[in-house]
Amino acid sequence: MAQTVKINVTVNGEQVEREVEPRLLLSDFIRHDLGLTGTHVGCEHGLCGACTILMDGEAVRSCTIFAVQADGHELQTVESLGTPDNLHPIQQAFIEKHALQCGFCTPGFLMTLVDYLGDNPNPTEEEIREAIDGNFCRCTGYFNIIEAVKLAAEKMASH
Amino acid sequence: MAGKYVHQSILRLEDPELITARVQFLDDIKLPDMLHAAFKRSDYAHARIKSIDVSEARKLPGVIGVYTAEDFGDYVKPGPLQVPPPTAIKGATYVARTTMPIAKDKVRYAGEPVAIVIAESRYIAEDACDLIYVDYEPLEAVVDLEKALQPGSPLVHEDLPSNEAGHVRQERGSWEQAVKEADLVIKRKFFINRNAGAALENRGIIVQWDKHAKQMTIWCGTQSVIALRNQTAARLGLFESQVRVITPNMGGGFGPKINTSLPDDALITYLAMKLERPIKWVEDRRENFLATTSERDQVHYCEIAVKRDGTIVGLKDFFYHNSGAYNPYMMTVPLNSQSHTVTNYRVPNFLTEFYMVFTNQMIVTPVRGAGRQYGVFVMERMLDAAARELGMSPVEIRRKNLLPANAYPYYTNIIGQDFVEGVLDSGDYPSAFEKTLELIEYDRFVNEVQPKLRAQGKKVGIGVACFSEGTGVGPYEGARVTVGGNGKVVASTGYTSQGQAHYTTFAQIVADQLGVDVKDVKIITGDTGYFGWGAGTFASRGITVAGTATYMAAQKVRQKALKLASKILEAPEEELELADGVVRVADIPSKFIALGDLANLANPMRGTMEPGTEPGLEAVAYYGPPYGATGAGCMAIILEVDPETMQVSMEKMAMVHDCGTPVNPMVVDGQIHGGIQMGIGDAFYEELIYDENGQLLTASFMDYLFPQATDMPKKLVLGHMETPSPLNPLGIKGVGEAGAIPVPSAFAQAVENALQDTGVEFDRDTLSPSRIFTYVQMAKGA
Repeated sequence: MAQTVKINVTVNGEQVEREVEPRLLLSDFIRHDLGLTGTHVGCEHGLCGACTILMDGEAVRSCTIFAVQADGHELQTVESLGTPDNLHPIQQAFIEKHALQCGFCTPGFLMTLVDYLGDNPNPTEEEIREAIDGNFCRCTGYFNIIEAVKLAAEKMASH
Repeated sequence: MAGKYVHQSILRLEDPELITARVQFLDDIKLPDMLHAAFKRSDYAHARIKSIDVSEARKLPGVIGVYTAEDFGDYVKPGPLQVPPPTAIKGATYVARTTMPIAKDKVRYAGEPVAIVIAESRYIAEDACDLIYVDYEPLEAVVDLEKALQPGSPLVHEDLPSNEAGHVRQERGSWEQAVKEADLVIKRKFFINRNAGAALENRGIIVQWDKHAKQMTIWCGTQSVIALRNQTAARLGLFESQVRVITPNMGGGFGPKINTSLPDDALITYLAMKLERPIKWVEDRRENFLATTSERDQVHYCEIAVKRDGTIVGLKDFFYHNSGAYNPYMMTVPLNSQSHTVTNYRVPNFLTEFYMVFTNQMIVTPVRGAGRQYGVFVMERMLDAAARELGMSPVEIRRKNLLPANAYPYYTNIIGQDFVEGVLDSGDYPSAFEKTLELIEYDRFVNEVQPKLRAQGKKVGIGVACFSEGTGVGPYEGARVTVGGNGKVVASTGYTSQGQAHYTTFAQIVADQLGVDVKDVKIITGDTGYFGWGAGTFASRGITVAGTATYMAAQKVRQKALKLASKILEAPEEELELADGVVRVADIPSKFIALGDLANLANPMRGTMEPGTEPGLEAVAYYGPPYGATGAGCMAIILEVDPETMQVSMEKMAMVHDCGTPVNPMVVDGQIHGGIQMGIGDAFYEELIYDENGQLLTASFMDYLFPQATDMPKKLVLGHMETPSPLNPLGIKGVGEAGAIPVPSAFAQAVENALQDTGVEFDRDTLSPSRIFTYVQMAKGA
């Protein structure tokens, strides 16, 4: 058995303590050790953005961070957003604007946007494009995602 | 044909679960006792395997087994053809060298598996791969398409006399005659680049063998569950009924996931049975780039014969097509290129010929567009070249030669990927063209905007290109529609879904036929346990072929419901209607029976079943079109090129398309949007670059440039046309690949137009800034 290290993380508000190998990727820890499979892995080299989560409120790529580096930090994954009956405004906007097709990249977009719209509640279209430029999507051509972000900003402003 | 639901932009039914992560993608599945696989892949594109030492790898704790070709014995043999040979095409020749499950004696592309490790975790399996030592004798790699066919070239398959994998020549009219009639014959050579499907979710498979029930379950992100089930059963000596293939949610397909009998499914099914434990393998991105499948790489020699006034009298296109190391998918891609070259225009004489070539590169199979865009690219480039030589505008020459609106059905005399003669079933190409010019404000741009901007030193250009998209081809798909005792409806099909909204669009079709709420229709795709017949997800055929089969099955159920309700309600069938989940007398709404109750009554428990009837409010239907429905359209782009960096910024894009009846217009737009993203990649940045040793230089997203949000046009305007296809009752044509097809053609023309003062002319797609710079330097004679 490989050497393991004990880590303490807060995931979606819950305190978690686990023994992990030092080389375990945070994305694998979240998906396979914690069973939070909403965080997806598209490239494992930090380019596609599908694995984006929040670490202490900042959007980060969980595939290029080791689980041990998350020790003592607070993580939020897509599971912390809404439920089918009580959607987060960004999720609602994505549905209304048909901003997801296969849905594989979507959790990464959502987490990027939770962070981004928190800091910039009223972005211009150009700013939206810049904000999501680090998230790849093969299905939508981004057009409807951009529209969804505008709508989400409106929804969040009126909340 | 519009209904309560069909032709309506209803929001997707699958989204609330999908967007809240309450669904299961392949890698989300975890089975008890599950093992993990990793592949040791060849570093060489072409080499003889002298020996493989797996002893250290086998000793690593947590490793269950390490297997090379030797360990699989007779199981290692070429897999089946995924597409039958083109016997329908007169004179076509081919050799089949299909995929090896694992390299034996020799590797034929960099990334080909030489060993597979099964371990307790993926991390350990990958560690073990690093402990496998392979002694190779490197061989000269076959990379260049044209050199590959020259005498003395090294051979990819040494049992063959050359690297030729196939040859097809088709002619309509007479090219020789065209040359005689022409005022001018213009020649050009074009290079077409290779692209990756690059679905955000990589491929993967989980196999479980139940040794007691003698039953195999395969979870796989495949575009063809039926092919995977049948080929697995045949290879392992099982009945098809002993293998169930389930597609979980899929993170995109785009073509490469159609393939079966690749090393992963071939070996992992075998090993799961042997080890009697479930095995998971999920491809990583590097493996996806190196060793899944990709598309195209063609070299075209083209000639166009024209009159002085721009009338086309003929076209000749001769091209080489890269098949990669093996050719399990036969001729689909080059046949698509061939059959999409002249579809939009009147070309009385057309000669088209290609050679398929084996090379030491990844296997070539369709990727969204599937070769269509290269036929279109060649034709559109030739029109631009002719316009240039004749002093005409790109608009004028197209307007002159477009097929008129009354030309349909139009017989092309060219046999396509479906092995039937191409027939353009319906359309109106001139209207699509004119509408596109209006949407982009072509005249205003050329006469007013462009001169002003040029005076300010800006390099702005405009391009316009027409395209067609053969869609909805046969052979067939099927569906079963069942009304449950709960009054809800379930429809299942062997078709698979990768994000195209089938759970909504198919439900719209069913709900209209059965008068139920669309939310009460559950669609099951890609699970052989529910529906065991079909061909697969390719050629933009989902809604057209599987959707039509679903429509037909729902209609049969409707007839059954009417017949049974007529007896129960004691009213003639023609006085009944299906609405609000009941069958009722149209004039007396209080006289009704709920569909769920009717479903229970349709399964009699005593008495005698009436001869000639079948139990259940259930029906199966199959639909196979005589030939495909052809979608078409036109695209225009306005862009600006930075003269210093040659960076291109797309200011506005307009596209008009015609896919017949849009079952859900919102979804149709979404399909086009996604296609455009891939088309932009193709036109601009995305490129699988192999060096002279057959090494892929762009095997990560650092090097393979995937279009991002800031690469998209600043403004997109879509225009819609609906000429219903006469081939199916709803008048549908496919749209899945439409957006991807015209972009490279319109883009090249627009960049040339922007850089008109340099006289630059492009003979290829994938015009990255550095490449545009090189062309401009060449045009300047630098």
